[in-house]
Amino acid sequence: MCGIVGLFAKTGEVQERLGERLGAMLATMADRGPDSAGLAVYREPAPAGMTKLTVFSPDPDEDWAALGAHDVRASHAVLLRADAADVPAHLRVVSAGERIELYKEAGDPRAFVERFDLASMQGTHGLGHTRMATESRVTTEGAHPFSTGLDLCLVHNGSLSNHNALRRELRREGIAFQTDNDTEVAAGYLTWRLREGDTLEQALTACLDDLDGFYTFLVGTAGGFAVLRDPIACKPAVLAETDDWVAMASEYRAIAVLPGAEDAAVWEPEPARVYAWEHAAGPAQVA
Amino acid sequence: MAVAAEVETVDLRETPLRELNRRLHGAGGDPLPPRWRVTHPDGAHAVAVGIDAPVEVDVDGHVGYYCAGMNQHATVRVHGNAGVGLAENIMSGTVVVDGYAGQSCAATGRGGLVVVRGHASARCAISLKGADVVVAGDTGPMSAFMAQKGVLVVCGDAGEALGDSLYEAHLYVRGQVRSLGADCVEKALRGEHVAELEALLARADVDADPAAFRRYGSARRLYAFDVDDA
Repeated sequence: MCGIVGLFAKTGEVQERLGERLGAMLATMADRGPDSAGLAVYREPAPAGMTKLTVFSPDPDEDWAALGAHDVRASHAVLLRADAADVPAHLRVVSAGERIELYKEAGDPRAFVERFDLASMQGTHGLGHTRMATESRVTTEGAHPFSTGLDLCLVHNGSLSNHNALRRELRREGIAFQTDNDTEVAAGYLTWRLREGDTLEQALTACLDDLDGFYTFLVGTAGGFAVLRDPIACKPAVLAETDDWVAMASEYRAIAVLPGAEDAAVWEPEPARVYAWEHAAGPAQVA
Repeated sequence: MAVAAEVETVDLRETPLRELNRRLHGAGGDPLPPRWRVTHPDGAHAVAVGIDAPVEVDVDGHVGYYCAGMNQHATVRVHGNAGVGLAENIMSGTVVVDGYAGQSCAATGRGGLVVVRGHASARCAISLKGADVVVAGDTGPMSAFMAQKGVLVVCGDAGEALGDSLYEAHLYVRGQVRSLGADCVEKALRGEHVAELEALLARADVDADPAAFRRYGSARRLYAFDVDDA
């Protein structure tokens, strides 16, 4: 099953409360995916010359202060580094880029919302996932979103059947994978296509030919997010838009928690069609 | 407000959905109030599902999956949008949504009338078995897939693969058809079809000229059709 949520802020007010809104959306989707939850949120950019890294430590007593962590949330922390490789080996890097921060854990999504204090996060846009595992084990690594490229991440509802073959091909292209999860392969595929010069829309359109299986994807980039459903579109998706925000979710229930939802334009994305929203002049600055 | 007092109002922010449905199913044995108003559905699934009584239910807001599924005799009006499977397997009565209907609207419906005043998503009227479906806007891809009996009227445009593997349902489209599915062909719109459309549009309270529609039906090459069995 799995649940997907996404929120793209068009106003400063929505940016200010982005984490709170996404947390409410995620909690609503807990019964679609009770075993893990995750959130990628695009926030203030790293200082010039620095990369923003989100890292995970399995050690509950991790000494984050000694690592100069910029922000700490439960088992994850944000590090700002001039050299992105400057991370101790026992930490796992879950995202890297200028703006992206990524948090995910096995366990009840409602507890995740509290534990990671999503309500305190501002940001321009974000996407989240509640997981009911099908293709790989229930672990923090197997939780979504998956990020395999700078500022790029993906959440997925569905199942891919050619991910093993595709992972082998992508490894030959130099794409690294941390798990045997099918969604990570889709994220890696997009990273590869973007590296080869595709626009996000071109890369997503190429998925229709190269990915075998069923999927609703929500893809985040530094500037916005995009939605794609497979040509049969058996996995649910709802989009809603007001003057203040664009929201995407597996079910309307997750959108109903947003202010103004009752008067939003609501529709189901068509199969095999890319829908994308970008902040026109790059993401607005967030306080 | 004597009229308002006759309406049984249920606020889904205060009353559990199962209690609403139990009451609509006549739990308690008393005669059902004839008019109901449901407020704050907030996208809940299975609102007003399985009614088997000639009551009127107005739902104020957006509903989730399977609203008014298996409906018999009741009139259910959704003043908002509906999620997947609105009026799935409707047997009789009327289901109306003012806004958008998610995919598989009226799937397998056997009787009654379903009216979508906005657009309908993919697979509208899939496997239709006798219900009448009127969509004032467009329908998504794969609509009327394997529809066996009943009528689908699309006042706007129809998406890809309309009527794929169609049996004997009647399809009418006023706008463009993006593509026809396997074994679905355009057929002549004769007098009896205009009359059928006119009556159905009137029942649905949709203002459209019946003569402006095109008719589509099964070419009957995909299944063992014998006219004597029709």
